[in-house]
Amino acid sequence: MMNWGVVTVLLLIVAGSAMATEPAVNERQASYREAGASNFDAARGEGMWNQQQMQQEMRQSVSCASCHSANLRTVGKHIRTGKLIDPMAPSMNAERLTDAAKIEKWFRRNCKWTWGRECTAQEKGDFLQFIQSR
Amino acid sequence: MKKITFWGTILLAVCLTLSISSLAWSDSRSDDGSSHGLWSQQEAASQVMNKTYQNECSACHFAYPAGFLPARSWVKIMGTLENHFGENAELDATDSQEIEQYLTAQAGDQDPGRFSRSFMRSIDNVDTPLRISETAYFRREHREVPSGMVLDNAKVRSFANCASCHTGAEKGSFNEHEIVIPDHGRWED
Ligand code: HEC
Ligand code: HEC
Ligand code: HEC
Repeated sequence: MMNWGVVTVLLLIVAGSAMATEPAVNERQASYREAGASNFDAARGEGMWNQQQMQQEMRQSVSCASCHSANLRTVGKHIRTGKLIDPMAPSMNAERLTDAAKIEKWFRRNCKWTWGRECTAQEKGDFLQFIQSR
Repeated sequence: MKKITFWGTILLAVCLTLSISSLAWSDSRSDDGSSHGLWSQQEAASQVMNKTYQNECSACHFAYPAGFLPARSWVKIMGTLENHFGENAELDATDSQEIEQYLTAQAGDQDPGRFSRSFMRSIDNVDTPLRISETAYFRREHREVPSGMVLDNAKVRSFANCASCHTGAEKGSFNEHEIVIPDHGRWED
């Protein structure tokens, strides 16, 4: 069992480098630049990730970390349904940030739910910079 | 040089295949870490699944069995995804149509399964429930489950979270011997 765990981790690392995040992230960030954003910053992204905001229906403060956890390498938990969410870090989960349409779909849903509004191009670029670095 | 690249590619392809199947493998385990035998895998295989439904509708909760609601409920749910229980679950038209077709074809009024029949019998013809957890059959079956084990239990939170107690739910099994309530243990009748 143990050996399989090690093998799996090794294989995931190999798979991870094969399913790189660059194409989707570069494409997204280029389109954010066209919308006027620039100098994407991972530290700023991390700050926003943990920024608490009052969620009207939950009647409590929430952040991106409420479902994805603050440490992107760990498993998250959906704050309303309790479902486990695979780690956000591409280093742990090779499927992350590989599909531009999926990224936009979840930005739209999650920004609206968490912050009550859509995220700006600058904010999305900073988030991607942060997530990609983990 | 050419040869190395060739074998490298082969190795990579093998690794990818293996790691994808190992992901699928770990998915088939329940929360308590135990893996399920061939038997339950085969039991689940009889359940028809649609990939788009599985992908899109299991991101926030597990993919509810189509047979637990009538077709008219699924049509209503699919028509109101932009405000889905306080979340935005909107889809593009192609995915949305495919999922609606799947759900209505496998809905409770089409499915002869034991549980489907019980759910359908408990729903009035004039009602179009949006929640499985608010049907009369559901209420009856869960009458003995104290709300403290659900609402005040951070690991459950809501009756909609079927898979947190029904450990076989992801594979379509609601067998009463597979019920474990988080922090309270196995359910004995
Ligand atoms: C209410 C729970 C919840 C909150 C809060 C939340 N998310 Fe998500 N997010 C999800 C779920 C569920 C998914 C899809 C699950 C999956 O892919 O494993 C997801 C997916 C994503 C993805 C797609 C990643 C990929 O490529 O696979 C991004 C990006 C993302 N979220 C960013 C954010 C940001 C930024 C915030 C804060 C503004 C946030 N999320 C807050 C639940 C949440
Ligand atoms: C963005 C997150 C999200 C996505 C995507 C999503 N749902 Fe939901 N769904 C929820 C939440 C939140 C609830 C309410 C859970 C609760 O009350 O605890 C819910 C509840 C439900 C319920 C009622 C459960 C019950 O019996 O109480 C059904 C049925 C349902 N969803 C079907 C779907 C279908 C079909 C799809 C795909 C088209 C889908 N959901 C996609 C978040 C989501
Ligand atoms: C808090 C834990 C919990 C949650 C959440 C939960 N159930 Fe149950 N469920 C139970 C228990 C306990 C029983 C058995 C009750 C008894 O035998 O008295 C049961 C019984 C059932 C049965 C009847 C099983 C049989 O063999 O007769 C069905 C069907 C069922 N649940 C479906 C669901 C569905 C669908 C959901 C989500 C919409 C759900 N349950 C959510 C705990 C739960």
